[in-house]
Amino acid sequence: MKTLLSMAATVLFGMYASTAVAGDPEKGAKIFKKCKACHAVGDGAKNKVGPQLNNIVGNAAGAVEGYKYSKALAAQADAGLIWDETALSEFLKRPKAYMPGTKMSFSGLKKESDRENVIAYLATFSDTETLAAAPAEEREVTLSDATLSIEGDVAYGEYLASDCQTCHQVSGASDGGVPAIVGWPRVEFVYAMHAYKQKVRPNPVMQMMAGGLGDEEIAALAAYFEGLE
Amino acid sequence: MKLTRRAFIGTTAAASLSAPLVNAGGHGRPKVVVIGGGAGGATAARYIAKDSKGEIDVTLVEPSRQYYTCFFSNLYLGGFRSMDSIGHSYGTLAAEYGINVVHDWAVGIDRGAKTVTLAGGSTLNYDRLILSPGIDFIDGSVPGWDVSSQNAMPHAYKAGSQTELLKRQIESMPQGGVYAMVAPPNPYRCPPGPYERVSMVAHLLKEINPTAKILIADPKPKFSKQGLFEEGWQKHYGGMIERIGPDFGGDNVSVDAGAMTVTIDGSVEKVDVCNVIPAMKAGRICEIAGITEGNWAPVSAHTMQSRIDENIHVLGDASAQGDMPKSGFSANSQAKVAAMAVRGALTGSKVFPAKFSNTCWSLVDTDDGIKVGATYKATDEKIAKVDGFVSKTGEDAALRKATYEESIGWYAGITSDMFG
Ligand SMILES: Cc1cc2nc3c(=O)[nH]c(=O)nc-3n(C[C@H](O)[C@H](O)[C@H](O)COP(=O)(O)OP(=O)(O)OC[C@H]3O[C@@H](n4cnc5c(N)ncnc54)[C@H](O)[C@@H]3O)c2cc1C
Repeated sequence: MKTLLSMAATVLFGMYASTAVAGDPEKGAKIFKKCKACHAVGDGAKNKVGPQLNNIVGNAAGAVEGYKYSKALAAQADAGLIWDETALSEFLKRPKAYMPGTKMSFSGLKKESDRENVIAYLATFSDTETLAAAPAEEREVTLSDATLSIEGDVAYGEYLASDCQTCHQVSGASDGGVPAIVGWPRVEFVYAMHAYKQKVRPNPVMQMMAGGLGDEEIAALAAYFEGLE
Repeated sequence: MKLTRRAFIGTTAAASLSAPLVNAGGHGRPKVVVIGGGAGGATAARYIAKDSKGEIDVTLVEPSRQYYTCFFSNLYLGGFRSMDSIGHSYGTLAAEYGINVVHDWAVGIDRGAKTVTLAGGSTLNYDRLILSPGIDFIDGSVPGWDVSSQNAMPHAYKAGSQTELLKRQIESMPQGGVYAMVAPPNPYRCPPGPYERVSMVAHLLKEINPTAKILIADPKPKFSKQGLFEEGWQKHYGGMIERIGPDFGGDNVSVDAGAMTVTIDGSVEKVDVCNVIPAMKAGRICEIAGITEGNWAPVSAHTMQSRIDENIHVLGDASAQGDMPKSGFSANSQAKVAAMAVRGALTGSKVFPAKFSNTCWSLVDTDDGIKVGATYKATDEKIAKVDGFVSKTGEDAALRKATYEESIGWYAGITSDMFG
């Protein structure tokens, strides 16, 4: 089964490599690991912090169903932006320079080859007919159903959130290396905070902040921030 | 230009002499006066106004129309930020949060009558008073220096014209000249501040005056992030910086602003720039209010209430609270705890247990950022440290760059948390 799948993938990769895009999708798959905290791709992929990325290459920007885009992206989508290779590559080089106001908190892929490769990888998911299955969702940490199902008290979250707002802007704007955290799906927020708490994600400030929070508090924050735009 | 509402304050103040502690039956809103529109005061005013949704009448007293943050003022010296980019006005606090912003000095506090007198002559009534006046300098702590010498020997420890003056002086140093810093004794605002400043001055001098020297006279045996700074100085500015600690007389220093000399343990050095950062105490208005013990104003960790008067909360640098460093981040964090306590007392809103945090980023050279941080909790005795971290020596360039970028994000975050 495995061999079959990877054969199919090879055929697909080969096809794109020779026709549409220049990069190496297998290398791109590795680079895509950097994107995975926020983006899913493949059959059945769902929106996370960022939109799912099926059919992104060569298609209209701002078109993923159910995803709430930044004003900046929505405006460019209205103006007719198409995510062809050139546009994607420019965006991925320095997202905030290409699109001031984007919600995407990623500093960018400096190397042109990295961008080509990741675009080639995404291109393999840009034909719905032959869409490869989404890889099984690998979370950074394992959380119990009990933890995941805590409702989260929004009022408590609002108070706790004041601690976050020394760095994270409540307007959803983001500058420098501090990402926007408003409007995230609750479950993504919960996983991210637990990943810091368990020191699986590296940032020491966030490890410290999350380290001081219990499950209820993380759920409260997730509930509060999800409701902000 | 934003509007202040002096006239409005004048009338309402007179009408509410008998304001009840809890707002009963629409009998005039409870009043909070905040003195000082910096990291602590602006945050507290904004949170009380925002979260009480108009139930509390908030007045912010601050003499300056433009607040220049001390944080990132060292980056201005290094050429990484413009002065404009670290200046903030009170327009949004007045217009969007309905805060009465009064540009004046508070000169008197009558704790019995619960009134504040302003230099302009008017009087403000309060149900709760919040003091976040920052620091003042202790006269005579560096013999030969007092505030009348601050043009010849700037402190640049309150940002704005002092910072600009210091930069101009550094830029006018003769080639191979000497920049001296007299570093302050503990406790003082921003423990890594003087050493980040040395880094930024070295960065500037390396570009415009590479044979210049930096001399630090320091009364402290150790300082914040010392290993990290010293590693960075060695790496980026090898040979330029010399620090004289107390073991070599760094605690026995006097200056002569006329002769431009610094005398360290009896030996006289002629210098070209002398940045004197004297010992510090709580902003003078705390003394005037009679709520200081020694140099600072002691507070309860649970609410930031003065230990001497429970109708007054003291935030930021001026407070003696326990383990938190005197930083903008700390003041901002304390302000939120105080805002919640004040709302709880005046409107009966829910009060959650106090929580505090702090992180101080410093820039050593281009893209070489370091940081130190901790979380804290309230105990009956003090604000007590829970957990902390510090950057490590030998970190790779990518991590240091990410740390610097994080500080840029923090700056945008905290200033929008203060000023809206
Ligand atoms: C060079 C330098 C670098 C720093 N870097 C950092 C950093 O990177 N990160 C960080 O977190 N902190 C940093 N700090 C520390 C930070 O600036 C202070 O800790 C913070 O500003 C303290 O806030 P505050 O509210 O106590 O006082 P301030 O922010 O100083 O505000 C006090 C305000 O009160 C006003 N005031 C005083 N007296 C009166 C009166 N009688 N009536 C009315 N108004 C009055 C003043 O005009 C002032 O605006 C730095 C400080 C310096 C000097």
